[in-house]
Amino acid sequence: MHGEREHILLPVKVGFIAASLAVALLFNLVPWRDLRGVPDLLALVIAFWCIHQPRKMGIGIAWALGLVMDAANGTLIGQHAFAYAVLAFGGQALHRRIPWFPLWQQALHVLVLLVASQALTLVVRLIAGGTFPGWWFFAGSLIAAALWPAATHVLLAPQRRPEIVDENRPI
Amino acid sequence: MDRQTPAFFHRGPAPTTRVTFFAVLSMLLMVLDARFQYAEPLRQVLALAAYPIQQVAAAPVIAYGRLADFFASRSALQRENEALRSERLQAAPALLALEALKAENEVLRATLAARSKLPQASIFAEIVYAGRDPFSRKVMVDKGSQQGVQLAQPVIDARGVLGQITRVHPLLAEVTLIVDKDHPVPVQVVRNGLRGVVYGSGDGATLELRHMAANADVEPGDVLVTSGIDGVYPRGLPVARVTGVERDAAAAFASIRCQPAAEVGRNRQVLVLTAGEAVPPPPAAETPARKAVKQKRARKPQ
Repeated sequence: MHGEREHILLPVKVGFIAASLAVALLFNLVPWRDLRGVPDLLALVIAFWCIHQPRKMGIGIAWALGLVMDAANGTLIGQHAFAYAVLAFGGQALHRRIPWFPLWQQALHVLVLLVASQALTLVVRLIAGGTFPGWWFFAGSLIAAALWPAATHVLLAPQRRPEIVDENRPI
Repeated sequence: MDRQTPAFFHRGPAPTTRVTFFAVLSMLLMVLDARFQYAEPLRQVLALAAYPIQQVAAAPVIAYGRLADFFASRSALQRENEALRSERLQAAPALLALEALKAENEVLRATLAARSKLPQASIFAEIVYAGRDPFSRKVMVDKGSQQGVQLAQPVIDARGVLGQITRVHPLLAEVTLIVDKDHPVPVQVVRNGLRGVVYGSGDGATLELRHMAANADVEPGDVLVTSGIDGVYPRGLPVARVTGVERDAAAAFASIRCQPAAEVGRNRQVLVLTAGEAVPPPPAAETPARKAVKQKRARKPQ
């Protein structure tokens, strides 16, 4: 919405939103030897669609995806669900504000959202008697936020595609 | 109250209402899960639904592991072979002595008319991946209830106790490692038979012998083995070696650090022990209700 070229986007396809969420979930369930710095792509994609399509992607879907993460990871049931629901709420609350900024400033907004939702998880688990895993815990959020510009390009690409190529038309 | 702007479009409940609803629901689930373990059926259903996705996600990692094994270089294999050979040679005297001691022990037990130990049956399993929960120390192994793995079975590697089965899926099982902060193992100091309970220290690599008096007779270098009084771990399996003892006159307990005997975090092949020692049933003085609660606690080592 800023800068040199402004695109008028095509309407989003619900199937593409579902597919992107599925791919992110798949990535999140890849078993890593070491978890340090592995970004939570699902959280990033949830935040993305909540900011860009708040009518189509809501708190309920984020919550349900969080439950699947909890069951698959063997964590406390409701922990990811809680974090994702709050993240989705934050995304929806800021969805009018964020797209006005350049991409890297958008990434800063998203970083705050991601870190806040992770901090909630941390507090919940510490109350439940977990071990503090160390500050690297938040490194995943940093990397996920750094991926925001790339995610924007990839996830908006289908809506940028013109139906009929014409050099003189802004769409 | 009627001063609010009417909504132009019907969009369901307000976001604040929704997030409050889902937050309360999550907290309810978390309390049910953490305090009462009531969320287990829900977890089973969800885990079953997530299982195919998990398999797809794990496939490249498992394939990579197999590929790496296949292309393990000749020199690495030779080196490993060399190391194993020398290890076996070093272990030979102890093993020979063990044979003699075993025979002697059999005779003594027979004379005492004591129950002899049941032979240990075991299931060979491989660690598929580390748990994705950074707040606890768990791994998943590739054998589940279909292969006979059950809750609370001990898991060992070639050097000592690794952990305990805490959750069983049809084809996978979750092992809570001894380095988990909430995982207790009853142990005994080999040198003097002193009993204690060892917990993970929380850093994922070391253990802590808690609740030992400041003047307890524990020295660095002492070997800790399972005492077997919990009925979960069979007696005499190596657990850890004491690396440091701090005695503070102001504190009631000594701070005792230990290094686990098992290669926690570096091993892939493990053994799940299936037939434990037969533990005599507890005395029947307690009421059934209390006993059920106790058993439940004993089964869940978090």
